[in-house]
Amino acid sequence: MTRVVRVVAFGFLIHFKHLTRNPFDVMVTTIWPLVYASLAYFMFRAGSPPESLLIASIGATVMGIWSVTTVGAADAIQRQRWAGVLEVLVAAPTPFWTVLLPITIASSAIGIYSLASTLLWGRFLFGIPLELAQPIWFLVSIPPTIVSIGLLGFVMASVVVRFRAGWAVGNMFEYPVWIVTGLLIPVALLPAWAEPVSWALAPTWGMRALSDAAFSGGSPLFDIGMCVLLSAVYTLVGAVLLGRFLQSARRRATLSLT
Amino acid sequence: MTAVRVALVGGLLSFRGLFSWLHPAIFVPTMVVPPLFQVLFFAYLGRAAELESDSFYVVGNSIQLAALPGLFAVSQAINGERKSQTLAPLLASPASRVALFLGRSLPVMAIGLGVSFASFGFGSAVLGVEVDAGVLPPLLATMTVTAFSCTALGIAHAAVGLRVREMAVFSNLVFAVLLVFCGVNVPLDDLPGWMGTVAQGLPVTHTVEAGRELLAGASLADVGGLLVTELAIGAAYLVLGLALLRYYERVARRRATLDLV
Repeated sequence: MTRVVRVVAFGFLIHFKHLTRNPFDVMVTTIWPLVYASLAYFMFRAGSPPESLLIASIGATVMGIWSVTTVGAADAIQRQRWAGVLEVLVAAPTPFWTVLLPITIASSAIGIYSLASTLLWGRFLFGIPLELAQPIWFLVSIPPTIVSIGLLGFVMASVVVRFRAGWAVGNMFEYPVWIVTGLLIPVALLPAWAEPVSWALAPTWGMRALSDAAFSGGSPLFDIGMCVLLSAVYTLVGAVLLGRFLQSARRRATLSLT
Repeated sequence: MTAVRVALVGGLLSFRGLFSWLHPAIFVPTMVVPPLFQVLFFAYLGRAAELESDSFYVVGNSIQLAALPGLFAVSQAINGERKSQTLAPLLASPASRVALFLGRSLPVMAIGLGVSFASFGFGSAVLGVEVDAGVLPPLLATMTVTAFSCTALGIAHAAVGLRVREMAVFSNLVFAVLLVFCGVNVPLDDLPGWMGTVAQGLPVTHTVEAGRELLAGASLADVGGLLVTELAIGAAYLVLGLALLRYYERVARRRATLDLV
């Protein structure tokens, strides 16, 4: 157990440092959400109440976290493949899921840049007041949001083990998850089937936790609990799927094919 | 005659070899699915903001999406030469540079047109936007003009790629500028004045306006001025792009950096 925790903790630290030195990832997390935040500010500014601008800020933040996670996590295995270490990592006695999981969490963790850049962008360029009703709860909501989104990325990474263009698959899920999880668009506006789907996706609960904490509407405790619950489910599902797909790749001798 | 052959045959072969997203496993997740969902995303966002009708977002986004292949595919088709170590022999050849680079751009325009039209059709069908069949030919012409101007912008931006290595970042930035500045999702009147001014010099702005006018009942002749302006903007970016390619070629030869990846 200690070994698993150590592998995950050090893996997270190393990959977080590595990703923060990648201009593409940093750009995606810091600038890309600003594009959508700006568009949302312009669109909502025309006729919506001021608090909707802060919600747009938070929504754009979570969008940024998902963007960097979906591409980064889906491409995580391919990066190991290109580096020529995938076979070694899979053959090592340490379970491979403990190697992959910190990579996907590190991908979502650099979304912290998105949080800072989007809130500051809204504050200084659009004059959106950063008045958080429950600042402590807001801070408490950030880690479970990031981890649960990272673990959703872990499930995605597990599924695309045998897919060489994993990043493209990740790219494909960017908009659909943005739409269905109600980050900028209220789920009530979507077709009825979208709401149950949104319950199974971590960004929904992360967004609710952050916006509940930002306003005095209610406690984000339930939403945080849902993030934790989904994190556990994603870890289990991801580990099982990863085992199956790796087994299949090993049987067909396709693991290292780039 | 040789220049035409270099442009058409050479361009198509090079494009197929260098645009690595042509494989369906990459093409569908990058050039088909995200554009469709971009249209839906902004249409629903527009509903949430109660700003404009669905047709406003369907037309705006589907026309702007011509820039997706225009930026990413042209960049790959030109900078891919460097990655595959064929740029130096290519530039050492006596072939016309205009034919070389325009040839690589023609398939991109076709893809841009396809992406635009598919996004428009999908968005209209899903969101229930009523479109008169008579609007489709002039709209197709408008999208063709956009595909040209965006591809021309793509050539200018790909030329910079001969010096800048992180082209994915740069392409995303240019795409974002078009999305924010060109009145695609926010009417130009609701943007700050300086953004509206910048938009006048960018591709997409005028064709988005033309597309919306066509859906509102205007004829092709009515929007002719807008299309001519867009063509002029495209031609300006094309000249700029070819000049930049020539400039960076000279600089790279002088510094012996042509093949550095």
